[in-house]
Amino acid sequence: MARAVFLLVAAVAVGSALGLILRRNAIHGALFLVVNLGSIAALYLMMGAEFLAAAQVIVYAGAIMVLFVFAIMVLIPGKEEIGPDPHRRARLAALPVGALLFVLLVLVVGRRWAGPAATTTASGTPDAVGRLLFTSYLFPFELTSVLLLAAMVGVLVLARRRA
Amino acid sequence: MSVVADLGIAFGRVAFVMLFVLNLGGLLTWVERKQSAIMQDRIGANRASIFGFRVLGLFHPLADAIKMLAKEDFRPARADRFLFGFAPFVSVFFALVAFASIPFGDTLRVAGREIPLQAVTLNVGILYLFAMLSLGVYGVMMAGWSSANNFALLGGQRAAALMISAEIAIGASIMGVIMIYGSLNMQDIVRGQGRSFLGGWLPAWGIVTQPLAFVLFLTAGIAATKRIPFDTPEGESEIIGYFVEYSGMKFGMFAMADFLETVVIAGMTTSLFLGGWQVPYLGPEGFHLPWGWAWSLPHLVIVLLQVGAFVVKVCGMIFFMMLIRWTLPRFRYDQAMRLGWLGLFPLSIANIVLTGFLLLLWDAR
Repeated sequence: MARAVFLLVAAVAVGSALGLILRRNAIHGALFLVVNLGSIAALYLMMGAEFLAAAQVIVYAGAIMVLFVFAIMVLIPGKEEIGPDPHRRARLAALPVGALLFVLLVLVVGRRWAGPAATTTASGTPDAVGRLLFTSYLFPFELTSVLLLAAMVGVLVLARRRA
Repeated sequence: MSVVADLGIAFGRVAFVMLFVLNLGGLLTWVERKQSAIMQDRIGANRASIFGFRVLGLFHPLADAIKMLAKEDFRPARADRFLFGFAPFVSVFFALVAFASIPFGDTLRVAGREIPLQAVTLNVGILYLFAMLSLGVYGVMMAGWSSANNFALLGGQRAAALMISAEIAIGASIMGVIMIYGSLNMQDIVRGQGRSFLGGWLPAWGIVTQPLAFVLFLTAGIAATKRIPFDTPEGESEIIGYFVEYSGMKFGMFAMADFLETVVIAGMTTSLFLGGWQVPYLGPEGFHLPWGWAWSLPHLVIVLLQVGAFVVKVCGMIFFMMLIRWTLPRFRYDQAMRLGWLGLFPLSIANIVLTGFLLLLWDAR
C-alpha cells in the first residue's frame, strides 16, 4: 500500500518536473513546478517529516511560486508578442551543457548508491525541528536570517531608487 | 472485521467533515439571501416550491444548482482550454480540504476504540490549514489568466495580491495563539482552551487570551474569503473580476468556493479563539460549575454536546461574518491593501512580541 502510494506520488513528481522542462508556455511550466513541489511535500509527509512537508507547501508552493506565477503573468509576453525564438543561438550550448550535467548526475547518484544509505534518525515533528534549529544548527539558521534580511533591505533600496 | 471497522470509521470521519462543509456552504446561499432580507426589512427568497411546500425558501439553493447546471457552459475562443476548465476545481478543492484538520469533537470512546473526532489527525494541523488556504490563490490566478481577457487578468491579480496580504496577516496573527497553547496541533490547541482563569469562572478561550489576535485574524480571514467588504477582486455588480468569462456551474463553483472559505474561516476562528468543541464548565465527566455544583453525564452525551457546541459556534461565526458582509461598504482596493500590509501585519507582529513578553512574565510569577 505504502509502496503503491510512493510510486504514484513519485510518478507525479517526475511527470510534473518533465512538464516544467518541456512546456513552452511559461505559466504552464510554473504551474507544473507547483505540482512538483506539492508532490515532494507529499514524499516528505510519507517519511514522517510533517513540519518539512507543511513548510514546503507554505513557503514554496504557497508563497514563492505565487509570486513567480504573478510575475510571469504581468511581465512575460505571450508568444505572439515576442515573435520568433530570441534564444535561438543560446540553444546551441544546450546540448553539451546538458550532457555535462547528465554525466555529473550519473556520477553523484552512482556514488550515493554505492555508499551506505543515508540514515535518518531525527523525527520530523515541529518541536524536534525547532530544537535542532536552535541548538546544533543555530549558526546557519541565524546566518540565513541575516541573508534574508539583507536581501529584503536590498530589494527595498532598489525599489525606492526607481520611484 | 477490524480492518472493515477501521476503514468505516476513517470514511465516517471524512464524510462527516466533507458533508458538513459542503452542505453548509450550499446552505449559505440561502442564509445570505434570507439574512440580508431580514436586515433590510424584506421577505427574501421564498418562491421556490415543491408540491406547494416552500419551507422558508429553503428550496432556492436546489433551484439555483439546477439552473447553473442547465446553463450554457461558455468558453472564450482564445482561452487556455485546460486551465480555464481546471481553475474552478482548484478553487473549490483547496477550500474543501482545508477543513480536514479542524477537530469537531474530543476523542469518542466506543466499544474499546478511541476515535478522534477530526478528519485527519496532524501534528502540524494549523500549518496544514494555512497551506491549503494559501494554495487557494492558484484557482483565482489561473481563472484570471486563462480567460484571455485583460480585465479578468487584472481581477485575478487583484485577487492574488489581496489574498497574499490577507494570508500574511492570518499567519502572523495565529502565531500568538500557537505561543499561548504551545502546539501546532489543532486538537491540542482546542484542549488547551478547556482550562480556565479567575477561579474557574473564565474559560481560557483564545478570545480571552488573545483578544487582539482575534480581531486581526477575523479581519484578515474575511479579506481572504474575498467577500464584501473586501470583494474588489470580483465585485460582481460593478467591477469586472477574475470570473467574468465563466458561466453556468463553473461560475457557481467560484461563488461556492467563497462560501466554503467562509465556512473554513468560521471553523478556524471557532477552533482557535472560541474554544472549538469546548462547552464552558463541561469536563470529561460532566458539568462542574465554579461554585461547586456538579452534574455527571454519560460519555456519549458529553461528546454529542461538544459536537453540537462546535456546530453552533461555527454557525454563529458565519452569522457574524454575514452581518459584516451586509453592513460595511466595500473597501477601495488601495485601502484594502494598506489595511493588510500597514495595519494588520505590523499589529500581528506587535501581538507576537507582546505575547512573548507576557508569557515570560507569567512564567516568572
